[in-house]
Amino acid sequence: MQDWRRNKLVFSILLIPPTAWLVIFFTIPLAVVWVYSFGQRGPLGETIITFSFANYLRTMEWVNLYITLKSLWIATVTTTICLAMGFPLAMGVAFAPPRYKNLLLLLVILPFWTNLLIRTYAWIAVLRTNGYVNFFLEWVWSGLDWVFGGMLGQFQPLEMLYNQGAVIVGLVYVNLPFMVLPLYATLEKLDKSYLEASLDLGASQWRTLFSVTVPLALPGIFTGGLLSFILALGTYLTPDLLGGTDSIMIGNLIAQQFGPARDWAFGSAISFILMYVTFACLWVKAVLAGREGAVNY
Amino acid sequence: MTDTALPAKIRSRRRREAIAPLDFTRRRWLKAVLLANFIFLYFPIVALIAFSFNNSKRNITWQGFTFDYYKKAFNNTALHDAFMNTITIASTSTLVSTILGTMLGLILHRYKFPGKGPFDSWIHLPIVIPEVCLGVAMLAFFTMFKIPLGLFTVTVSHIAFSIPFVAVVIRSRMSGFDPALEEASQDLGASEWQTFWGVTFPYMIPGVVAGALLALTLSLDDFVITFFTTGPGSTTFPIKIYSMVRFSVTPEVNAASTVLIVLTLTLTILAMWIQSRSDKKAKTDG
Repeated sequence: MQDWRRNKLVFSILLIPPTAWLVIFFTIPLAVVWVYSFGQRGPLGETIITFSFANYLRTMEWVNLYITLKSLWIATVTTTICLAMGFPLAMGVAFAPPRYKNLLLLLVILPFWTNLLIRTYAWIAVLRTNGYVNFFLEWVWSGLDWVFGGMLGQFQPLEMLYNQGAVIVGLVYVNLPFMVLPLYATLEKLDKSYLEASLDLGASQWRTLFSVTVPLALPGIFTGGLLSFILALGTYLTPDLLGGTDSIMIGNLIAQQFGPARDWAFGSAISFILMYVTFACLWVKAVLAGREGAVNY
Repeated sequence: MTDTALPAKIRSRRRREAIAPLDFTRRRWLKAVLLANFIFLYFPIVALIAFSFNNSKRNITWQGFTFDYYKKAFNNTALHDAFMNTITIASTSTLVSTILGTMLGLILHRYKFPGKGPFDSWIHLPIVIPEVCLGVAMLAFFTMFKIPLGLFTVTVSHIAFSIPFVAVVIRSRMSGFDPALEEASQDLGASEWQTFWGVTFPYMIPGVVAGALLALTLSLDDFVITFFTTGPGSTTFPIKIYSMVRFSVTPEVNAASTVLIVLTLTLTILAMWIQSRSDKKAKTDG
């Protein structure tokens, strides 16, 4: 690596254009929002800078706090389901014969390369009242109805869309790869002789799983968990498309303030709170990674 | 010893052998779990693609194969315009962000300078902060400086969030570069400029191509940031699909979505292929 002083001209030619772009079109916009967050909504919907903490205090009001707590709850549930689904999936890929490993890994990542909007839209077609799940249930129902000689009556399609359940399903779908990849990375380089030793010494498969494999996979569990938590918490599109009036999350609250509600000062404050929470999670992740041996994701 | 080296007869006998303790993938319950997971991952997308060819408005039972909805989507002028906007935005964004991102990647790879640690973290910020936060920040910024929302604002925002991704790709490509090559070139009398174009740049090319393809996919796929920075006349393809989705679920939307899926998948696989090929070559070379 070179010292920058060796050729200051080349260094500045390389440094200045991208840095200037990121300062102007990334840092200044964030600074604008940061300053706005201490402002107030004017009578015409404009933002007046008043240097008060009123907006931050407003986020503590029950209506807004409720949305924040619900978002944290949805993100926690999503992460837990991702872990429950992702762990066996990562085990399956990590312990697969070498020639299938890359194929299986590719199969896990492939859906992740399709557009987020389209992946979310796909779930509308699956979950809506005349969607595939209800179509299947109706088919099962009419079969049972025939067996019981018409005792069950007309099939009532389930309302699975525009509620919190749908949001969680959508988020699990989108975040699963972020959980599986770090888990796979730790399980893959885990020394399998520990597992063999445990089994040889008489522990059952379950005991080995919970006393040996899971503790050894903790760095991957933390990394994957924090990643999917951060992504679920900051989501906007999933609750927007799959959620109902009751499943608004922080991201939607921010968008609302910048859209119909036109209270940019308040929206800016929530936006910064969301960013602070994200940074806190990333900091925890960095600290854990430093202590447990880094996982590259 | 690999399975493939064995004659078929022995191989089939091996399959019936007792399952080794750690051979989890041969256990039926894990196979079932894997299958369930893959159905969960693939069913929605496969159904979406399949039903774009379905000859029925209701979109639920199979009525026969047709290309009608592709024709319909193609003849939909609004969709057509949105597609052209997306191409304009994505190509400009790719060009600019590849150049700027490459410069940034080189800086991070080559130089020691005071404040590099914080600089490095700052560069990664656009990758980690929630998209909504970035979107509203861009909206607030453009409004504050009275820049009308349109193609320009969308493109500028796309460039801003693509630069760090390109820089990361370039930097990882350059981590395998032997600095002795540059020194040799300069010892042999080449100028710094000649060394860059004759030695460093040829080595970087796979990274630049992969970075450009990544920037292209990011721009083609972006919804959230575009949603906040778009104005009249700059509707992009994802934004148009979004407004159609809000309206209703039709095979036409499926057809438009399938076009976008195929486009981004092709680009991503191309990028992966270029990267893995150059990695392999780097391994055999050095």
